[in-house]
Amino acid sequence: MALHFNLMDIIVLVIITLALILDFYRFLKGPLASDRVMAADTMTVSSAAMLVFLGLLFDRYIYLDIALIYAVLGFVGVIVVARYLEGGV
Amino acid sequence: MVQILTYLGYFLVLLGAIFLFLGGLGIVRLPDIYSRLQAGTKASTLGAMSLILGVGILALRQPGHWNWFIKAIVIIIFIALSNPISSHALARGSYRHKIKPWTKEDIDAYKDYIEHEGIEKESEEIKNE
Amino acid sequence: MNTILTILIVVGAIILVGAAIFAVVKRDLILATVATSVISLILSIFYFILQAPDVALTEAAIGVALTTIIFIVTIRNTKRFEDD
Repeated sequence: MALHFNLMDIIVLVIITLALILDFYRFLKGPLASDRVMAADTMTVSSAAMLVFLGLLFDRYIYLDIALIYAVLGFVGVIVVARYLEGGV
Repeated sequence: MVQILTYLGYFLVLLGAIFLFLGGLGIVRLPDIYSRLQAGTKASTLGAMSLILGVGILALRQPGHWNWFIKAIVIIIFIALSNPISSHALARGSYRHKIKPWTKEDIDAYKDYIEHEGIEKESEEIKNE
Repeated sequence: MNTILTILIVVGAIILVGAAIFAVVKRDLILATVATSVISLILSIFYFILQAPDVALTEAAIGVALTTIIFIVTIRNTKRFEDD
């Protein structure tokens, strides 16, 4: 597969990868359960944005559907965990 | 025209990536769960929306790619609807789980609001806990 | 394969193994469920980069919503911390 990325694409991908590493650091370290759930949610949103950008680079229209799935369903797990912490599912 | 779209799209994409990175930095550096929620959810929402809008504008350079732009707008709408809901639910769950905010003074504005507004059901629930 | 995609896959693999070890070591089952969600997210990115969008779509839809709901409801009906 012959992909030609220019400099700007590489810079954007590196910045988003650094953001994912910082989120995962808080996921490993955070003292409470809420910290870790919040870090996982932030990783989901960052990954959805990165998947949209990679879909532009690969030039395939169907790749946007995966980011759409994450945008629609990404909050369900967080709401279930928050309801558990609040006292009743 | 293609050059204008390229500059505008890459500006939005770079802005969104920088906001995502700042959200991660705020998650690592801030002291307690509520301020981390504020950094990690607001900055990430704005960054993801800006980046996806930039991708939709960049896809318009090729002829006949209007469907990319429309689907990008749909993804932006769903992120703007769903991400603040999860942030709100998590902050409320943390408060009900009795996690104290990181403050110098002993201030609990939400409890004062509940008692002042007379939302009796919620205040009874909190007192019973 | 491109260089930046290789770097992305290596970083994702490190995150994947870290989350898996985290899910095994911790005693809290809620945290293990959230770690499973992170593992599913990274696996979906891998399928995406390796040009299999249908598998990535299924992994995203199942891993981010369905598994979390079923596990949390099950933990709610039993107990949160596992004992030795």
